[in-house]
Amino acid sequence: MENRLEVEDLSHAYPGRRALDNVSFSVSCGEIFGLLGPNGSGKTTLFRILSTSMPVTSGIVRILGHDLATEVKTIRSLLGVVFQHPGLDSKLTVVENLRHQGHLYGLAGKTLRHRISELLERFGVADRARERVEILSGGLQRRVEIAKALLHSPRVLLLDEPTSGLDITARQQLNTYLDMLAQTEGILVLMTTHLLEDAETCDRVGILDAGRLVALGAPDALKAEVGGDAIFIESTHSDTLATAIMEKFGVSTVLTDGGLRLECESGHEFVRDVVAAFPDEIQAVRFGKPTLADVFMKLTGNPLV
Amino acid sequence: MLSVLLPISTIWRREIIRFYRQRSRIFSAIAQPLVFWLLIGSGLSASFQPAGASDETGYIAYFYPGIVVLVLLFTSIFATISVVNDRREGFLQGILVAPVPRWQIVLAQALGGTTLALGQGLLLLLLSPMIGIRFGVTSLLLSMGVMALLAFGLTNLGLLIAWRMDSTQGFHAIMNLLLIPIWLLSGAFFPSTGVPGWLAWTMKFNPLTYGLAVFRQSLYLDTPTKAFGEGAPWSLSLLITGLFCVVTYLGATLTASTQTN
Repeated sequence: MENRLEVEDLSHAYPGRRALDNVSFSVSCGEIFGLLGPNGSGKTTLFRILSTSMPVTSGIVRILGHDLATEVKTIRSLLGVVFQHPGLDSKLTVVENLRHQGHLYGLAGKTLRHRISELLERFGVADRARERVEILSGGLQRRVEIAKALLHSPRVLLLDEPTSGLDITARQQLNTYLDMLAQTEGILVLMTTHLLEDAETCDRVGILDAGRLVALGAPDALKAEVGGDAIFIESTHSDTLATAIMEKFGVSTVLTDGGLRLECESGHEFVRDVVAAFPDEIQAVRFGKPTLADVFMKLTGNPLV
Repeated sequence: MLSVLLPISTIWRREIIRFYRQRSRIFSAIAQPLVFWLLIGSGLSASFQPAGASDETGYIAYFYPGIVVLVLLFTSIFATISVVNDRREGFLQGILVAPVPRWQIVLAQALGGTTLALGQGLLLLLLSPMIGIRFGVTSLLLSMGVMALLAFGLTNLGLLIAWRMDSTQGFHAIMNLLLIPIWLLSGAFFPSTGVPGWLAWTMKFNPLTYGLAVFRQSLYLDTPTKAFGEGAPWSLSLLITGLFCVVTYLGATLTASTQTN
């Protein structure tokens, strides 16, 4: 398909470790797709393969109809890539960085100047254009970085943990930009993240665990599969409390940072009973509809950290 | 053609901009060799007379071409360290996923290093009249040409190493263990005449020996008092220096092509 990114049976192994295990999914233009997974789940490896930083060793990746194994150069000109580590030269000014990028993608002269001012304007950094990148804040640098990736009007935008190091406002702004790109320009946006808040804003997410794609779908659909209520119990004696809850209620729990997570039908009744049963072991209880973290927990039996 | 020149010129330009925005680099690349030259040169000229030297040309004059080559070496090596930094800071990965072939990236980096080294080398060349070197058009152009070749080869040698490195510490270790000895054993510091056999052979197999020989001969072309230890013939030395450039460039391109990040 001409307007899709397709991954079929993609596997990748490092010496002694399988990083990706038969991963398959596809994303359409105009869609925002999130790859969610804890550190070590294989999402960085997947990102590196998609961004052409690493070759495909097993499986097939097609981007807008081009095979990644044989048409790397064509694919590179279609991709805009934002890496997790800052990809700007801090000694260069904002404009110099963008000009450098434009030249690498074959843009020059008036076209390039026009495109640079258009993007700086759109990302609200036009007034900082002549300043060196090293004096800009983290949020501004990230914006310049995305402007840089969009300079050659790529049809596919890949972002690796784009919100890392950003405060909440900058993060929301970024998500708004991405929405706009996908909706108004039909750009295919694929990003990796380990943050639930980011994943929730995606049209669809793929959840990776130990190199396998364990879930794929819209966030709401995935959460609906968990069903019931999600409960988090804060406790200083998580281990013993988990055993006690299992014995008394027959409910299995997952240990996470500072407490336990579990899901059950009629959560409000369970909360009442569990607090009455273990008043001393429980510091706090949080109760709500399931999140993607609960989806992950249900599918893997591990917390999403 | 433009699609080839554009990426090369932009990567080259960035190397130059970065260099003059980091003033300490300018200083360290030229000051250190100058201090070496003045201290070691003056110190040793009291005790040593290089084999084949006449009375009026002391050690300090013998040492001069070697110091110019050391400035070329330092500047090109420092320029290649920026590859290591670019990788560490993440800038390189952006270049690597751009639709630019590796041979163009390496060529641009090599030309950047060459330009910087040549600039510094020419600054040092201004001192040559002080030690009695006279320039005609031929000797000046030849010297500059040879300097450019040497700078290109040395930058590529640095790139060949830098593309494999992920820390600057590692690079410094290689520099001390490999690059400085290559310079020391090139005839820059002492001529091969009269040294023990194994050392003479090492010097014979050192490509920089020929680079230095052709530079020394070009430098003294228009100076009546001929330099000492002429070494290998001019044309053979030039040929080997040219080969050194080609081999190191191909090696650096090959290395860059196999690197994925």
